[in-house]
Amino acid sequence: MPATLLDRLWSAHEILQRDDGTSLLWVDRHLVHEGSHHAFANLAARGASVSAPSLTFGVVDHYAPTRNRDRGMPPQISRMIETLRTNTKQHGLQLFDLDDPRQGIVHVIGPEQGLTLPGLLINCGDSHTSTHGAFGALAFGIGATQVAHVLATQTIWQRKPLAMRIMVEGTLGPGVTAKDIALNWIATLGTGGAQGHAVEYAGSAITGLSMEGRMTLCNLSIEGGARFGMIAPDETTMAYVKGRPFAPRGDAWEKAVEAWATLKSDDQAEFARTAHFDAADIAPTVTWGTSPEQAVPVNASIPDPAHLPDQRAEAAKTALDYMGLSAGQPIAGTPVDQVFIGSCTNGRIEDLRAASAVLAGRRAKVPGLVSPGSARVKAQAEQEGLDRIFTEAGLEWAESGCSLCVGMNGDVVAPGERCASSTNRNFRGRQGRGARTHLMSPAMVAAAAVTGQISDVRQLLDRRAA
Amino acid sequence: MMAGWTRHKGRTVVLPLDHVDTDQLIPARFMSVPRSEGYGDYLLHDLRRDETGDLHPAFPLNREDGISILVAGHHFGTGSSREAAVYALVDAGIRAVVAPSFGDIFAGNAVNNGLLPARIDPEHAALLAELLGDGAADTHIDLERRQIAHGETVLPFELDESWRTKLINGWDDIDLTLQHAAAIDRFRNNRSQTASWAWPAAAD
Ligand code: SF4
Repeated sequence: MPATLLDRLWSAHEILQRDDGTSLLWVDRHLVHEGSHHAFANLAARGASVSAPSLTFGVVDHYAPTRNRDRGMPPQISRMIETLRTNTKQHGLQLFDLDDPRQGIVHVIGPEQGLTLPGLLINCGDSHTSTHGAFGALAFGIGATQVAHVLATQTIWQRKPLAMRIMVEGTLGPGVTAKDIALNWIATLGTGGAQGHAVEYAGSAITGLSMEGRMTLCNLSIEGGARFGMIAPDETTMAYVKGRPFAPRGDAWEKAVEAWATLKSDDQAEFARTAHFDAADIAPTVTWGTSPEQAVPVNASIPDPAHLPDQRAEAAKTALDYMGLSAGQPIAGTPVDQVFIGSCTNGRIEDLRAASAVLAGRRAKVPGLVSPGSARVKAQAEQEGLDRIFTEAGLEWAESGCSLCVGMNGDVVAPGERCASSTNRNFRGRQGRGARTHLMSPAMVAAAAVTGQISDVRQLLDRRAA
Repeated sequence: MMAGWTRHKGRTVVLPLDHVDTDQLIPARFMSVPRSEGYGDYLLHDLRRDETGDLHPAFPLNREDGISILVAGHHFGTGSSREAAVYALVDAGIRAVVAPSFGDIFAGNAVNNGLLPARIDPEHAALLAELLGDGAADTHIDLERRQIAHGETVLPFELDESWRTKLINGWDDIDLTLQHAAAIDRFRNNRSQTASWAWPAAAD
C-alpha cells in the first residue's frame, strides 16, 4: 500500500496500539524549558525518575532576560530559572544554561545542535514544537502532564492524525517569504483549517526553501490547527544537518542518510485533504486582528465584518475593536509604536539578514527590539556586522530568548501600543495586557520600523535596487 | 492521583465567545506561580478583571460563586500547550466546558486533569445558550450517557472513548504505560540496533 511520510514516521515509532486506536509512541528527543516545572513537580510527587536522561535536553529560554543578564533579575524569573537548574541537575539532564554559548530558543537550538534529525519523534512542552517537522521528523507540542509522562517513560500516547498535504508550486516573488506562505494558507483555510491533521508541505516552492524557511513554515502549522507540520528531507536537509555537534558521524551518518532517503510520501499516497497554492499569488502578508487567520496581503484592506460569514464576522468585530482599527481601511499605512524581531518563528540568521537588508543605511522611526533566536545566531550575526546595522538604525540588539513572543521575561508591549512583530501569535494580550500585535515577516517588520507604519517591503527593496 | 467522576450537577453559565485561546485563559505573566498556590484567580484574568484587578460584574463567570460548567463558543482553548490554562479552570472549580470545538492540545490536557471538554453540536450549543440566557442555572452532566441536561432538555455531546474512560476512572497515563514496560524495553533495544543514528552523538 502506498504510504505517506506520516505513515512511515508513525510506524517507525509505534510500540503498540490500544483497542481504542491510541498508539504508544517512542520519543527520540525530549526538550524541556523553565515552563516544564509543573511536570518535574508531578514526577517528584510520584517519586519517579527520568527514564532516558541522555535523550532529554533542557534550555533556558521562556524566561531568559534579554538585557543585563549579569545585573540580577526579578525574583519570580530567577526562581523559574533556578528551578530548571535544580531539576535538570537532579535528573542528570544536559542543560544549556543562560551563559552557555549554545543557549537559545528551544526550537532554534534543537536543529542548530543537531539534536533535531530527520526520522525522529520530538516532543517539547511548547506548541511550536511542530518547527522540527521541517527535517522530516514527527514533532509536536505537549502539555505538562504529558511532559511528566515522557520524562517517566520516554513514550507518549497519541492518536494518529489524518494526513493533509499543502502543495505550494512556483516561485515566491521578491520580498515574499515562508512566513507569508504560512499566514496566507492560514488566512485562506482558517485557524481550524488543518485541525486533526498532520500537514505535509510539498511542491517546488517548498523544496526551494532553505531550512530556516522550512522551519518558519512548520512552526506556524499549529496556528492553522495542525499539531504537526512536516517536510520530506532532501539534499538541503542533509547539508544542514551534517557536522552539527549531536548529529551522527562516520558509519552512523551513512546509515542515517540511507534511512532518511526513505522518508517521503509515495506518489500514489492518499491524503485526507489536499490544498493547492501558487507561490506567485502570495504577497507579503500581515495580520490585522487577534487570530492568525485574520490576515491580508499588505496591499489589501481590512475586511468588513459585514461581508464575512457569521462566525467570522462576530470575531472580526471584536478583534477590530481591540486592535483599534476600522473595517475597509487599507492595512498599509497603519502607524506602529514599536517593532520586534525574534522568536522561534523568525529569529534565525536568515531572518536577521532579511531584516538588516532593509534596514541597512536607514533609520528606524520607532523603537524596537531585536532578539536573536540563539546565542549562536547572535554571534554569527555579529560576525557579519548585522548587529551594527540594527543599532545604527536605532533598534536595540539584545540577548536570545522567547522575549516578546510571550512576554514572560518582562519584555512586554504597553497597553494600547501597536507592535509590528515577527512572532507567531497575535492573541489578545499575548505581548502584554492590551498590546496590539501585527504578525509579519522580519523584512516586513524592518519596513515598518523604517517608515513607522505597516508598509509593503517590496517598495523599499525596489528603491534600494534602483 | 486524580479522582474519577461519572455524573456532575453544577451551576452553569454561557461564555458567548469564540476563540477563547490559552493566552486569555491564563495570561503568561502568572505562569511562574507554583501550582500549590492555586491558579483560580488568574482564570480569564484580563477579561474578567479591570486594570486594578477588580471583577467586572457583567462578566459571565462573575455572576455568582460556585460556577462549575461553562458553555462556550468555537475553538475553546485554541493556542498553546500551556497546561496552566487547564489548571486555572480546574482551580476555579470548573469541571466541564461544553463547546462546539476545542484546541486539541487543550482538550487532551483537560482530560489529564479531570476536566471534561464536551464537544457539542453547534445548534445544540446555541439552544443551550438560549435556555441559559444571561443568568446561571443548574445543568446535569452524565459521562456514561454522554449527555448534558437542563430541565427537560437533554442534549448529547461527543467525547473520545479513551478520554471518557480516563475521566470516569481518574486514570493516570503513567500507571497505564508502565504496564507495558516490557514492550517499551523491546522497542528501545530494537531501535538502538536498527537506528543507532537516532541517539545523540555526543551524549554519554
Ligand atoms: S519563541 Fe514563543 S513560540 Fe517559540 S518557544 Fe518561545 S514562547 Fe514558544
